[in-house]
Amino acid sequence: MDRYVFSFTLVGTPALADADGVLVLPDHQTLIVSDLHFEKGSAFARSGQMLPPYDTRTTLRRLGEAIEAHRPDRVIALGDSFHDMWADERMDERDRAALKTLVGGIDHWVWIEGNHDPQPPEDLGGEILFEFKLGGLVFRHEPLEGVAPGEIAGHLHPCAKVRGRGRSVRRRCFATDGTRLIMPAFGAYTGGLNIRDDAFSACFGRTPDALVMGRDAVHVIAAKQCVPDRPRLRA
Amino acid sequence: MARWARYVSAMPSASSRLPDRFENWFAGRGWAPRAHQLEMVEAAKAGEHALLIAPTGGGKTLGGFLPSLIDLEALSGQKQRPHRLHTLYISPLKALSVDVARNLTAPVEEMGLDLRIETRTGDTSQSKRQRQRAHPPDILLTTPEQLSLFCATANAAVFFADLKRIIIDEAHALAPQKRGDLLSLALATLSVWAPSAQRVGLSATVADEQGLARWLAPQTHEDQFARIVRGDTGARPEVEILDPSERIPWAGHSGQHAMAEIYHRLKAARMCLVFVNTRAQAEMVFQALWTMNEDNLPIALHHGSLSPEQRRKVEAAMAKGSIKAVVCTSTLDLGIDWGDVDLVIQLGAPKGSSRLIQRLGRANHRLDATSRALLVPTNRFEHLECAAARDAVADNVLDGDPLQAGALDVLAQHVMGRGCGEAFDPETLFDEVRSAAPYACLEREAFDRVVEFTATGGYALNSYERFRRLVKTREGGYRARNPQIAQRHRLNVGTIVEAPMLDVVISSRGRGGHRLGQVEEWFVEQLVPGDTFLFAGQVLRFEGLEEMSARVTRTRDAEPKIPSYQGGKFPYSTYLAKQVRAMVQNPNAWAGLPDQVQDWLQLQSEKSRLPQADGLLVETFPRAAKYYLVCYPFEGRLAHQTLGMLITRRLERMRMRPMGFVANEYTLAVWGLKDMSGLDFDALFAEDMMGDDLDSWLAESDLMKRTFRNCAVIAGLIERRFPGQEKTGRQVTFSTDLIYNVLREHEPDHVLLQSAWADAAAGLLDIRRLGQALSRIAGKIVHQPLSRISPLAVPVMLEVGKEPVYGEAQESILEDASDALVAEAYGEISA
Repeated sequence: MDRYVFSFTLVGTPALADADGVLVLPDHQTLIVSDLHFEKGSAFARSGQMLPPYDTRTTLRRLGEAIEAHRPDRVIALGDSFHDMWADERMDERDRAALKTLVGGIDHWVWIEGNHDPQPPEDLGGEILFEFKLGGLVFRHEPLEGVAPGEIAGHLHPCAKVRGRGRSVRRRCFATDGTRLIMPAFGAYTGGLNIRDDAFSACFGRTPDALVMGRDAVHVIAAKQCVPDRPRLRA
Repeated sequence: MARWARYVSAMPSASSRLPDRFENWFAGRGWAPRAHQLEMVEAAKAGEHALLIAPTGGGKTLGGFLPSLIDLEALSGQKQRPHRLHTLYISPLKALSVDVARNLTAPVEEMGLDLRIETRTGDTSQSKRQRQRAHPPDILLTTPEQLSLFCATANAAVFFADLKRIIIDEAHALAPQKRGDLLSLALATLSVWAPSAQRVGLSATVADEQGLARWLAPQTHEDQFARIVRGDTGARPEVEILDPSERIPWAGHSGQHAMAEIYHRLKAARMCLVFVNTRAQAEMVFQALWTMNEDNLPIALHHGSLSPEQRRKVEAAMAKGSIKAVVCTSTLDLGIDWGDVDLVIQLGAPKGSSRLIQRLGRANHRLDATSRALLVPTNRFEHLECAAARDAVADNVLDGDPLQAGALDVLAQHVMGRGCGEAFDPETLFDEVRSAAPYACLEREAFDRVVEFTATGGYALNSYERFRRLVKTREGGYRARNPQIAQRHRLNVGTIVEAPMLDVVISSRGRGGHRLGQVEEWFVEQLVPGDTFLFAGQVLRFEGLEEMSARVTRTRDAEPKIPSYQGGKFPYSTYLAKQVRAMVQNPNAWAGLPDQVQDWLQLQSEKSRLPQADGLLVETFPRAAKYYLVCYPFEGRLAHQTLGMLITRRLERMRMRPMGFVANEYTLAVWGLKDMSGLDFDALFAEDMMGDDLDSWLAESDLMKRTFRNCAVIAGLIERRFPGQEKTGRQVTFSTDLIYNVLREHEPDHVLLQSAWADAAAGLLDIRRLGQALSRIAGKIVHQPLSRISPLAVPVMLEVGKEPVYGEAQESILEDASDALVAEAYGEISA
């Protein structure tokens, strides 16, 4: 299968944004994925909403395909890999086994701690870290406010909304200004936050540009083309 | 008083089968009971369920209540009698309950009956609800949803134990909907609590009388039917089709060419209703009439998005007779007759003969007077449809699809509700459910799957056992796990899933202001502050969003910048479609059409050929560097859209490079970069497109996802949104899309997907109708290659560019927006 990717450089490091929502650093043989939110479905079930319990399975399948396509030596899961502290015990045995196999097949698997999973399970393999550094890049779950060159983070679930032809489209995206980057959420049940939200300008000093995940392409869409979800009343 | 006078006109006294007090009351007014009213009393005495079918104004409501009043009269003398619920009245409209309560009070007081009559709707206060539970009225007027709420509370059985009669008003409108499924299940529950209660249906004339009589009656192993009682049919309406002096447009729905004539007609009438098909059309017509309103005639607007206060004002003015005309949508189709209407104008396609007859019935609510109606087609094809509808009215042919099997998402809601009061035993509940007509043929296996869905989601993975919403009691029954789960269910009762709406609030500057009505959230999301649009009869300037409301100001712009949002666009009936097909192929049938339309058809037969009723005409021609394929199935817009989707997929596979398509009620046009005239059209339109092609399209179809979302809400998988909740409607839609994708990948046979599929087949995708059409035309496709566009193809070709183009639209929007320069600045795109 063809992979649709966008090649660019992030503070001098070559990078590929994949239309499927992973980032690859070819020089480092590293694949980055963020906000997997395993077992989000079953977390809802616990409170009485019986969402289909297959989100973990779908997420794993897609992640497996991305790893298969890029064959990285290192995978960095950028936090919120598990929807909550009990996700691991709710996970179906087969899914758990599949995840273990996936982790075991990678030389260096890094679990970055997220706010949903401050203590990712230890028995799946891989290294658990709060932050990870690689060349000029730093990987953490929550992006810092203000200037942070070389930071690759997750947490915010960026989405871009674009209007045209009398309709609008809202899709997940990578948010970047060329100096730092916020990853799209990868999990099958994860929603998104519009990149016009204040949370993004707090990090970038402006609305970032969007590398939008299309069906079979990554579309580079300038900040000025992206519209907010709801046009707000001018104060 | 005036209303009852209209219901019961003077007739020679037939017999004295009524108690004295009633005879005297009728006689005191110089009236006599009508034959069907007496027959209703007779049916009640015989202990039969009865369906009263009569046109509006036939004394239907009194026919429904008379047996109850007679029954209650016998009790009413007793001192200190305990009031128990005797009669339950259910109507689809809140307003109708209130209106009937008011109108029932008058004769009850005049006869000196000591009765308590109360309403219970969504607006009823908590304290009144509690009082009603403790001290029931004799007659309670309510809505289907309120009854389902009762079913989901403890001790409801006691409340209904003495119930004798259940009256269901506008039964013909409820039965074909999911609301009808839910009501029918609630009625089945009532039959368990009050086994002797008789059911009474009140209905306008319907095509499928037997189906409705069955729907009303509790079912056993054999089909059961309520006794059908017919009222007088009344005089046939006089229907005229406007033959305008102006040029009849090829396409569009504005009716602009006929507006002067409409104004002239309503000016001459006492009071006139101008029915249109969409809210957008209502706004446009209202605007157009006011521009030419030199006489300052009181003309009003009435549609479902206007605030209730605004609508009440218009209704009150109608009742007083202080208004000349009302431009309205289906909001005035049902129920209350507000005033002395003597002319009904239908602007645009009538869509179905039953619907038209219902609308015509809004004029002259006296049976002895003929109602007058004017049909105003807005384009040439609509002239054919109007002619077919006029003939149908003259022959009193009613259309409408037969009632369908009950929906599974609705059943899931009912099952959960039954677990929110006392525990239910699945064995007994299965029998109860099967006594509801829509579910009479339900298989045990399907029922068990629905129960399992309700309890745990019903997934094959079976991982939610420990989170059960319904738990087993020691006696083997099922009950909601805890009171919170039961309460959450009660908040989500009902089958009406509205598109998320936002208030439209007008103010001159900043704060304050008042509510004009509501619009769909998606419409507002298209707006940029400063945009102008037409709403509530005025051009408004959008200022921005504040919480759950769209703030607007008045503007002097005459022309709104953003075209109005579209209302419901349901297709015309299969009956009318058949008539139109027959009319087009046969020049002898054109006599009643305006010359312009006849010339147009004549020209078609010369330049191309006429579509044949049992086949399909396919034309191909080049135009402006593109190649077109235009076909004429006459099956309605929804079926054509689905067909367009499937055909373009096939053309893509054949490497014909299709670029888009546009559909209207009668025609489908597809265009692309390659000449399609050499294709094998039998293969292109082969029925097997309903297999894999359909399946792969459904995986990504927005319409399918919307259908799924509705099912998920009704079935209780997703909770409704309530005002004040921070989630926006957009986010809810987003997450059901994700659920749809995941569920489809892992469990394509899940009960909820099954339910969504059944809805799509009959609803937004109209798959059933398309399937029937494909089998009708198989082997009978006639291809006509042309060097240029044909006369019949002009209307649909004019819509190219006005209607959204389907296909790869979403991806194209992204491509349009993507910025080559920015991409260059960051790097490059590669595959």
